[in-house]
Amino acid sequence: MQAKKRYLLVSLGACLLLLVYLGGLQIGEFHQHRHHPRHLLKNPSGQYPQRQHWPQWINPLSTYLDSEEKDEDGSQLQLRHASPRERREIRANIYKNRKCRMDTCFDFSLCQRSGFKVYIYPLQKGEKISESYQKILTTIEESRLYTSDPSQACMFVLSIDTLDRDQLSVQYVHSVKVKIQSLPQWNNGRNHLIFNLYSGTWPDYTEDLGFDIGQAILAKASIGMDNFRPNFDVSIPLFSKDHPQKEGEKGYLTFNNVPPSRKYLLVFKGKRYLTGIGSETRNSLYHVHNGEDIILLTTCKHGKDWEKHKDTRCDKDNDEYAKFDFAQLLHNSSFCLVPRGRRLGSFRFLEALQAACIPVLLSNGWELPFSETIDWSKAAVIGDERLLLQIPSITRSVDYDKILALRQQTQFLWDAYFSSVEKIVLTTLEIIQDRIYSHISRNKLMWNSLPGGLYILPQFSTNSAEFPFYYSVLGKSPSQEFTAVIQVVTPLMSQSQPIVKLLLAVAKSKYCAQIIVLWNCDKPLPLKNKWPSTLVPITVIEGESKTMSSRFFPHDIIQTDAVLSLDEDTVLSTNEVDFSFIVWHSFPDRIVGYPARSHYWDNSKGRWGYTSKWTNEYSMVLTGASFYHRYYHYLYTHYLPTSLHNMVDHMANCEDILMNFLVSAVTKLPPIKVTQKKQYKETMMQQGSKTSRWADPDHFAQRQTCMNSFSSWFGFMPLLHSQMRLDPVLFKDQVSILRKKYRDIERL
Amino acid sequence: MQVKSYFSHPTFFFQTWLSRAIGLSMCASVKYSARGPALIPRMKTKHRIYYIALFSVVLLGLIATGMFQFWPHSIESTADWSVERRSVHDSPLVHLPASSPIPERGDLSCRMHTCFDVYRCGYNPKNRIKVYIYPLRRYVDELGAPISSTGLSREYNELLSAISDSEFYTDDVSRACLFIPSIDVLNQNSLRIRETAQALAQLHRWDRGMNHLLFNMLPGGPPDYNTALDVPRDRALLAGGGFSTWTYRQGYDVSIPVYSPLSAEVELPKKQPGPRPYFVLSSQTAVHMEYRAELEALKAENGEAILILDKCTNLSEGVSPARKRCYKGQVYDYPQTLQESTFCVVLRGARLGQAVLSDVLQAGCVPVIIADSYILPFSEVLDWKRASVVIPEDKLSEMYSILKSIPQRQVEEMQRQAHWFWEAYFSSMKAIALATLQIINDRIYPYAARSYEQWNDPSVVKWSSVNSPLFLPLIPPRSPGFTAVVLTYDRVESLFRVITEISKVPSLSKLLVVWNNQNKSPPEESLWPKITVPLKVVRTTENKLSNRFFPYDEIETEAVLAIDDDIIMLTSDELQFGYEVWREFPDRLVGYPGRLHLWDHEMSKWKYESEWTNEVSMVLTGAAFYHKYFNYLYTYKMPGDIKNWVDAHMNCEDIAMNFLVANITGKAPIKVTPRKKFKCPECTAIDGLSLDQTHMVERSECINKFASVFGMMPLKVVEHRADPVLYKDDFPEKLKSFPNIGSL
Repeated sequence: MQAKKRYLLVSLGACLLLLVYLGGLQIGEFHQHRHHPRHLLKNPSGQYPQRQHWPQWINPLSTYLDSEEKDEDGSQLQLRHASPRERREIRANIYKNRKCRMDTCFDFSLCQRSGFKVYIYPLQKGEKISESYQKILTTIEESRLYTSDPSQACMFVLSIDTLDRDQLSVQYVHSVKVKIQSLPQWNNGRNHLIFNLYSGTWPDYTEDLGFDIGQAILAKASIGMDNFRPNFDVSIPLFSKDHPQKEGEKGYLTFNNVPPSRKYLLVFKGKRYLTGIGSETRNSLYHVHNGEDIILLTTCKHGKDWEKHKDTRCDKDNDEYAKFDFAQLLHNSSFCLVPRGRRLGSFRFLEALQAACIPVLLSNGWELPFSETIDWSKAAVIGDERLLLQIPSITRSVDYDKILALRQQTQFLWDAYFSSVEKIVLTTLEIIQDRIYSHISRNKLMWNSLPGGLYILPQFSTNSAEFPFYYSVLGKSPSQEFTAVIQVVTPLMSQSQPIVKLLLAVAKSKYCAQIIVLWNCDKPLPLKNKWPSTLVPITVIEGESKTMSSRFFPHDIIQTDAVLSLDEDTVLSTNEVDFSFIVWHSFPDRIVGYPARSHYWDNSKGRWGYTSKWTNEYSMVLTGASFYHRYYHYLYTHYLPTSLHNMVDHMANCEDILMNFLVSAVTKLPPIKVTQKKQYKETMMQQGSKTSRWADPDHFAQRQTCMNSFSSWFGFMPLLHSQMRLDPVLFKDQVSILRKKYRDIERL
Repeated sequence: MQVKSYFSHPTFFFQTWLSRAIGLSMCASVKYSARGPALIPRMKTKHRIYYIALFSVVLLGLIATGMFQFWPHSIESTADWSVERRSVHDSPLVHLPASSPIPERGDLSCRMHTCFDVYRCGYNPKNRIKVYIYPLRRYVDELGAPISSTGLSREYNELLSAISDSEFYTDDVSRACLFIPSIDVLNQNSLRIRETAQALAQLHRWDRGMNHLLFNMLPGGPPDYNTALDVPRDRALLAGGGFSTWTYRQGYDVSIPVYSPLSAEVELPKKQPGPRPYFVLSSQTAVHMEYRAELEALKAENGEAILILDKCTNLSEGVSPARKRCYKGQVYDYPQTLQESTFCVVLRGARLGQAVLSDVLQAGCVPVIIADSYILPFSEVLDWKRASVVIPEDKLSEMYSILKSIPQRQVEEMQRQAHWFWEAYFSSMKAIALATLQIINDRIYPYAARSYEQWNDPSVVKWSSVNSPLFLPLIPPRSPGFTAVVLTYDRVESLFRVITEISKVPSLSKLLVVWNNQNKSPPEESLWPKITVPLKVVRTTENKLSNRFFPYDEIETEAVLAIDDDIIMLTSDELQFGYEVWREFPDRLVGYPGRLHLWDHEMSKWKYESEWTNEVSMVLTGAAFYHKYFNYLYTYKMPGDIKNWVDAHMNCEDIAMNFLVANITGKAPIKVTPRKKFKCPECTAIDGLSLDQTHMVERSECINKFASVFGMMPLKVVEHRADPVLYKDDFPEKLKSFPNIGSL
């Protein structure tokens, strides 16, 4: 009995305790939520509501768009407010200077005369120009956009150095204001482009240039969002005076290592400011530094009187700073911190980009370089200075695939837009050009994927699917047909000439859509019936100039993605044509063809050499028999400078080398050689008719000269070697010939 | 009786119980010491068990309730969400005194880093902002007149309820990062500006409008029609339709479409992109006469290709004027007629943003936007160049020639893109609301933002497009060499031969033997062949085929050569050449024996082919070079159950690898060098044919299984293989880099 009672009591007690406890929690809850909005709502049932959602209203609700809205421009109203034309005029008068936009501060009519041409004012006597500004001017002068005639110009560039507007700097140019006012075309800055890297001075480093730029477009480094006139100004990166004029150093990434994480997670090494603007962020970096995988080093040791201002951390920081080598950190870290310095942008940005170290930006209010076109989220981590302490966890949360993608994008962007002053300046100009001709401009895909905006000419097409670079990202593939373009320089005399055989063989290919004969021969055109009759149409185009370069002219009639470029004496079978077309289909951005050549560095002469000897590798595939995308015709004609075109035309040679330079520069890949039935070179020699340019002894020397001129224009040697050739899968295999699809290629 | 007294002294009871509980726990900890704690009378085991049981029940109860109380709110299950049905008229009335404060006008210099309190959003693993919606109130001024003539509109209600149903929503104001007033300001015309501003200012978390988001589609009013909402709103973000470049705070405001209620009413039939009867169509009714005159002039010049519609003057009763358009007495159905035109003009009216844009996109008509300084909807993320043509107002007269210069292929792209924009971002208030929140979310968590492709690619393109993870054209340097990974079970003799052969390859940097036999230890160190490069043996814990593709830390090079322990017939030249080819194609599988998949029309399924074919779509990984990255993909990112399936069936790991690589890169593998008689899985059968056939059937099954898991056939067929440049050329062998190719 005793035991039973005790059981009962204890059980009851336990229950009571639970109840009291739960009750207490309820009250606590009530207290905690007294200010909670859900209790502000009167709940009819008095019950504690669960998660509150937007209620369903039982009332019929009316639409926001009442009928009156649709008639906002009704006839009575039209009389009351200004006509569109007046409105435009008013707007153009109001929105000036700080509120400039292309609509209101740019004279589009100047660009209608002869396109987008840039004029540079002549250098005034006694005017000094810094090295960097000279590089900018040289770039423009050498570009295809340059004009020396101000009456043809659409944009004007000053010959007064405006790069450094820090009054304390030695390169500061005085009385710019007076100088620009005296320029003949100044017109309050309309259609002018002003470059600037540094502005303001100690202690607050404002973005004031010290003169009134009026309606001029400002291409400025470290520009802040507040001063940036969207779609008018251009933000450029801060580059040092050592930044090369042309094709600069390559990115550091030579291969994609996996796992992509490097020794350090996040690094920074730079100055710390004891006074003045920009101190705050860099001063707090030491909170994040952990000495292991996050290495953020600052030094106070700069300037004349740093010791006067030095704080308690300085000595410790300076010691730590000296322990690490910056280059070592840069190459061995996954992320690089790019905090604001005195100005919003810093040198760390380009350094990190080149080093394939993913930039982590900590610079609130910085309008990122070329932000109008570059999608920085694909290449950098954009942080918030206010959330410095979250940076470690954010960087740690980036997964391997993302790191791999970000890192490759840094290299692409570096190489496409930042590696030289030339690229920075041309990108600036192309961005402005895209605005002026907005319906003929590049889209974001073109700017942000290989090969980059500078190699994309929107005048060719604004449709990304018509370029050879985006098939896989768009989920498309090139069309299943090609246009053969045959260059003819000898008159058509008999039906046994190689060209007739060639025409017939090519026309038999099931992928051949049409054949174009470029009549570059001085003799008059043969009669129509002299050409062999084929299933596909043959169009004869008589070149106006009959120059070498004209073989790559982008004729409107070429509408297929693929072009088969042929010399008149090329010997090819239908099998060979079919096979190489199929191969090209897998590599639509490259040159795919037969005769291969190679280049090499001639150490004794200190220049590039050219060889047509049989070698184990090649770097060029001649355009006498090769497939490539029709866009390269356009690029060859409109991207390359007249100087190179003239050189080719003058020598009547090297056009094929130039094409290989161009395609390799764009793709960063070697061409592809496919197997051939006979030895191309030998056929050439045998054919060796008097007109064959291969027989010419000067021919070879010329080609050597070409190579060196081309590489100096490109600023680097774009050609790359390949050691392989593509053959049909069963080529020369020990299996019945009947099983083989491309039999002719094996028959000798 | 005793019970009562106990109850009347709860404290006493409590104390006793507590001490017993403590005693018990002590008791438990000392593991039943014979004497037991003094406080507890000596008990029988039975009692003790009872007490322990009771104690644990109570303890469990306490823990459970505690868990419920203190667990983060995010686990509240969605099933608990209740949506009430209520009347708008029941919502509480709020009187605004005439003297109540008005917020300052919008600050044009506001940016996320100056006017937005990012601390409220916090760092969270989901990288998603929390959005709070104020409960509905009816605001009236001192005299009892409402601040808005329409009150809550249908569209704003849809918008709020979409947000409330979304993952962004929270009902806990203290956790919110973004606040949305339930004051409807979609249409400025129905608002009393001053009173609306007062209503905003009295919201209890207003705080100068910090982190508040207002939605407005029709800003301004006659005669000037400002391009942003005139209601003073201080620092609040504005999602506005019809911003001009001067009122839009880039990176702060969000430009949204002007929603067209027609899109909910009318369902247009699906129409494929392609040529349409009219070239340019103008369907707006309130076009300024100056523009109309210019359009008419264009029509006079270019004729029938241009159609200019206006509102109808003599419609019969009951026909909605919004659904009809007329030209010279001829009546056209709107918006159906938009589908009859390739391009559709979207001219600015008094306002920059026009609801017609939405109708035009829905019809898959390419909008021709003629509204200077207009910030297009969602232009922060959408690439309008792919879906529209923008023409300056003073170039209206050149419109026809500009449009004519656009090639047909591109027009079709734009049509497709335009319709996709409508579907994804214009079609409903929900679409508009969620896109707006996503944009703000992307700004707050930029490192987790949606990509350009995610925003802009239509689902068809997303499905078929390939963004290779190794997209940079890099030819890796030769010097690091490659690591050979040999998978072996117990064929030691053959393994040693393979090792000896491979060790002759100049670019070999390391040999890794994956010992897949758990029952037998690998041979002693002294028995292994002596080679010049490091040799490592990894013992696995389970005999699985996927061990071959594990990303071992021992693999320090980018290039991996996977090789079976019976592949002894490859020459050193062949292997070295394979490595050179891989360097040119580091994102592909580069292998020796090639295979093909074929569609079997009779059986309507895929078939595996190992015969002498002219085509190749796979290379066997019994001897193949590939990037170490694919080991990661195979081990950690293989879709579906393929990896386990392969391990269970002990077959097809190579086919799985081929699927994986082709799927992620969109590229075919590369077969190198001529065909040889390989000691391959297909040839190991003891009594030839029958086993061979079952093997082929199994392999075919694999292909079908994988294709169904991938949802498509990613393999690409090619007709080429790679040989050295001078292969079989009439040239002295000793001058060739790779003379020993194809020999047996």
